[in-house]
Amino acid sequence: MFYIYIVPISGQGLGCIEELQRCVEHAFGVKTKCRAFNVNLPDTFDPHRKQYNSSLILRQLIAAPPADAYKILGITGMDLFIPILTYVFGEAQLDGIGAVVSLHRLNNQFYGLPENPGLMHDRLLKEAVHELGHTFGLLHCFHPGCVLNASTYVEDIDQKSRELCFTCRETIRLK
Amino acid sequence: MKPADIGILIVDDEASVRDALYKWFKFDGYRVDTAEEATSALKKLQEDSWEIVLLDIKMPGMDGLELQRQIKKIDKDIITIIITAFASVDTSIQALKEGAFDYIVKPIDPDDMSHLIRNAVEQRRLLTENMQLRQQIEEISYPEEIVGESPALKKVMDKVATVAQTDSTVMIRGESGTGKELIARAIHSNSNRRYFPIITINCGSYAEGLLESELFGHEKGAFTGALYRRRGKLEMADKGTIFLDEIGNIGEKMQMDLLRVIETRQFTRLGGDKLISVDFRIISATNKDLEKAVREGSFREDLYYRLNVFSITLPQLRERKSDIALIARFFVNKYSQSMNKTVTDLSPETLDMLMRYHWPGNIRELRNVIERAMVGARGPRIEVSDLAFPFHPSSKLSSEETLEAVEKNHIKDILDRTGGNVAQAAGILKISRLTLYNKIGKYRLKK
Repeated sequence: MFYIYIVPISGQGLGCIEELQRCVEHAFGVKTKCRAFNVNLPDTFDPHRKQYNSSLILRQLIAAPPADAYKILGITGMDLFIPILTYVFGEAQLDGIGAVVSLHRLNNQFYGLPENPGLMHDRLLKEAVHELGHTFGLLHCFHPGCVLNASTYVEDIDQKSRELCFTCRETIRLK
Repeated sequence: MKPADIGILIVDDEASVRDALYKWFKFDGYRVDTAEEATSALKKLQEDSWEIVLLDIKMPGMDGLELQRQIKKIDKDIITIIITAFASVDTSIQALKEGAFDYIVKPIDPDDMSHLIRNAVEQRRLLTENMQLRQQIEEISYPEEIVGESPALKKVMDKVATVAQTDSTVMIRGESGTGKELIARAIHSNSNRRYFPIITINCGSYAEGLLESELFGHEKGAFTGALYRRRGKLEMADKGTIFLDEIGNIGEKMQMDLLRVIETRQFTRLGGDKLISVDFRIISATNKDLEKAVREGSFREDLYYRLNVFSITLPQLRERKSDIALIARFFVNKYSQSMNKTVTDLSPETLDMLMRYHWPGNIRELRNVIERAMVGARGPRIEVSDLAFPFHPSSKLSSEETLEAVEKNHIKDILDRTGGNVAQAAGILKISRLTLYNKIGKYRLKK
């Protein structure tokens, strides 16, 4: 049997890990496991940008996958970037095994707003399903409510649901 | 345009930038490829079609600026976006001057990147649409209603093809209904001004003051009823063609104003003082004897010479009788579609009758005759009986025929139409029965 591995990276208490597992299992119909992996975060840190390179984190995450790993999803509290962009909420391998999501910019406190753990967890669930969707080969979806709809601002995440639309579900089933 | 229809090529010597951009665009569904330097980028550009190229300004070997120049040589419509670090913004501005769509300063906000690509895709879509529309215009460059194969028409079309390539002022002469406006449109459609409008103004249908306002436009309050500023037809024809129909009908003041505009290409709106410069070609048309008007002093000689740089005289329909069948069939086909009729042709008798008529109203009259016949036609062909009453074939009228021959043929036609009824024929001819009997005897006609 194969599993989607959910890997807390930063050591930050997630507080919603069980809900995240349920959400992922519901979206993709694959059982999940929560495990800690050996990821060396300082190696991915860019001192000029004071951010963590998500591509380097991803590389470490998938370096030695467990034999029963179908997909691996890393969750971190660090601020992530890819070289050309100022930030990313997460990164995934298209039709691959690994994905990573950051909580950093999902937290209202980052925008100078009062903390709202419920909203942050909701955003995390959506971004987790979104990035994992890419590992299943899904591209950004133009259906407004679909979780695979592209989000460049945090407000965009709040506009969409946690669910894959019918077309995206059909696409995965066909593969 | 769907994302999959858009090809994006990323040219950057940094693998991390290439990979990040590749993934970013791939997730949005675009067709993406990468190149790490200019030579391989140019090879990919030759091998496949790319709509958007993102290129780093600083690369080993050929830099981004030079690469952009090479790309524009391959396809000037490819949209180029420059990737730069803050330090080389000056170079990016140079790239913009040389045709780049925009530039990205690394690192870029994800939302700005999305907007930039959306705008670039929209620009590309508009370019494609523009090219398609131009192509459609090219395809209709000769108005389809110019029908005929007669030497007289071929001569006219040769002249159209010759003058269309120049910017010369053209005067089209011809009787009413010979298709002067169609020829003006054919000249415009085949000229370099074809992507700009051809504006027609019928000089004969306006009173002097109104024509002035139509041509030059007016400012708000220029005269009673001028409630707002209005652009004139000359302004609307900027970069295109102005077609002045019935030019022989304009008054003395208008002739003077028009001459000034032709000489300076500048004018002011009525009630305005701002000089407006315009760039247009003039095609004029008339069915009048302008030379006579010049001799009589009712048309300015200087304006006549300005307008009559290149002259095209359209043949009368009776001078191109071999085209009558083609034109008639063209109108049958046209009206059978628009009237949803199953009429597809004309009977040989009808064609014979059309050929014998002298068509004083030229093609316009022929069109009206066919249109009227189509309304009443019931069979698959237009029969002689479908032709409406006011139209009747004249005798074989030609300039060489004697008065007696004309009279004989006319009486014969009327007798044919009345089935030999002398009383009815005399009534139509407005002569007495006795006179008609005398003429039947004289010309040895059958009753």
